Amino acid sequence: MRRRGLLGALLSHAVLLAGAVLMAAPFLWMLLTSIRPPEEVFGTVFNLIPTRFAGYENYRVALVESNLPRALLNGAIVCLGILAVQLLFAIPSAYALAKLKFRGREWLFGLVLFGLCVPIQVPALPLYLGLAQAGLLDSFFALMAPFFLTVFGMFLFRQFFRSYPDEVLDAARLDGMGEFEIVWRLAAPAALPAIAAFSIFSIVAHWNDLYWPLIVVTSAERSVPSLAILAFRDSETGGNYGALMAAAAITTAPLIIGFFAARRAFLRGITMTGPR
Amino acid sequence: MPTNRRPPAGITLRGIVKRYGPATVLDGIDLDIAPGEFLTLVGPSGCGKSTLLRTIAGFEPQDEGQVRIGDRVVDRLPPAERDVAMVFQSYALYPHMTVAGNIATPLEMRRLSLAERLPLLRLASPRRPRIRREIMAEVEAVARQLDILPLLARKPAQLSGGQRQRVALGRAMVRDPAAFLMDEPLSNLDARLRVQMRTELAELHKRLGATFVYVTHDQVEAMTMSDRVALMEAGRILQLGTPAALYDTPASISVARFIGSPPINLLPAEARADGAIMTEGLRLHAHGALPAGRVTLGLRPEALELAPPETPGTLPVSLRRAENLGAEWLLHAVTPGGTDLVARVPATAPVPERFSLAIDPARLHLFGADGQRLVTRLGLRVPA
Repeated sequence: MRRRGLLGALLSHAVLLAGAVLMAAPFLWMLLTSIRPPEEVFGTVFNLIPTRFAGYENYRVALVESNLPRALLNGAIVCLGILAVQLLFAIPSAYALAKLKFRGREWLFGLVLFGLCVPIQVPALPLYLGLAQAGLLDSFFALMAPFFLTVFGMFLFRQFFRSYPDEVLDAARLDGMGEFEIVWRLAAPAALPAIAAFSIFSIVAHWNDLYWPLIVVTSAERSVPSLAILAFRDSETGGNYGALMAAAAITTAPLIIGFFAARRAFLRGITMTGPR
Repeated sequence: MPTNRRPPAGITLRGIVKRYGPATVLDGIDLDIAPGEFLTLVGPSGCGKSTLLRTIAGFEPQDEGQVRIGDRVVDRLPPAERDVAMVFQSYALYPHMTVAGNIATPLEMRRLSLAERLPLLRLASPRRPRIRREIMAEVEAVARQLDILPLLARKPAQLSGGQRQRVALGRAMVRDPAAFLMDEPLSNLDARLRVQMRTELAELHKRLGATFVYVTHDQVEAMTMSDRVALMEAGRILQLGTPAALYDTPASISVARFIGSPPINLLPAEARADGAIMTEGLRLHAHGALPAGRVTLGLRPEALELAPPETPGTLPVSLRRAENLGAEWLLHAVTPGGTDLVARVPATAPVPERFSLAIDPARLHLFGADGQRLVTRLGLRVPA
């Protein structure tokens, strides 16, 4: 009995370990390449650990000889801007869909579900034309606007709010809170795990997004990290894979740090255990 | 606690009707609750008692009828403006606020403006610190009354059920409301705590002198705490009266069945045109006119007494089970006609193996075929 338990544990850990290695390998490869001297990247002799530490010059090239710092700042502005507006609208909408009784509620929720099925590529062309007509191309607004309303966020928060006890809402109404105050003072704090999970989804998606910036951004001043890496590869340093990987490492670092910081809340949020 | 508390308000309900789709949940409720009264709405689940309470609170506006609290008609007022406080079954505390924050919330909502409640912006208000101090003083006074002063900094999740209950009471008391509405506040507590809180609630009511409207499905709570009890069934009030009135003169079989533990014994009987009532070989007679036909006799368990076997004018029964409650026995027996009876007799002597049950005719209840009480005195004719 005990032997089988041990064997089972070993086996499952071996499978998990293999999965982890498979997942982590590209990241490790990126980090190793980012500190490899250029002659070694395409060298005939392969060393797992670089013979000479070239991290300093690679990262220097990535940060100084490219548009990356500006793009990182732009990326942060865009991602946080999108997230702020998304939460501002999705949380009250989700609360209304979950807890308020009004005509057409089920119908509206059906539309939300329908919206979940529509990828960004579908409305991309009309959105582009609209932004072009309004003369808003190549702006922060153009980068952010299509993502302000998030049906995914509404859906996630609605599921979360549904488990919020009705009696607490009644108590709040009796104490004199209006619905908006209930949303921000009671429902939102209880939904913090869901908000954390959603924030990570949202930031990762828009930080890594290449499709939409490629369409609406033309100038270097409005470039975002994914565009910057693309431009970096095309430009004069094109052959410098060490520097390119350094740029990639810099770009992914905020996400990885963010994930580890909010890991617990993230897991709690997606496993959907309600308040209390 | 403010020393100059306002006088309690009465509540008047006139013709309250509430429908959910085709179902009528409240079917014309008329009720006058006196100022300072402890009135209990009791009934089986689904009888509409909670809906009635929520109608008074304003959560579920009635379809017809009028609600009056004090001298105000409140039909069009939202819950917050009806000046009532409510204690919920689940306590409904704000989970991420401390106990102090929970109790302070109703006062903050009233005395601070929206801007003074907003994060950051509130720091700009010069009068806010003073108001906060006043509020906290009142919160502490209420907490002291309820014996929860040491818990003020805790979160609800760190409290036991009884402590949460007190916090919920504190949040209601701090408002000094015109009336307290309580929706099964004790049903989430364990049995021992429930008995203790029953006493405390009754004492609290006496001390505050406030109007309490209390909803429960537990007839013991209704009987032990209330000034008056309204027994509801299927959206109507079957009987309204003091606990003693409901127990001693139930208006119908439904009321008689619901009130009392163990429940009343019901014996099918036959009324004859000459005023005789026959049941289980016994012959009773009514003083006064009685329509002939099927009737039902109600006997409280304590209205039965042990008698030697085969005494004339008693019920010959066979014992099924005897429960020892310490001071008394509960005897579960069955009549020759197949009706189950429960008798409550003093535990002075061991239960005899064979016995009869004697009936005190003065304590019999008589119900007609429609289940309504027949007002008549009964006598027992013992064959010579």
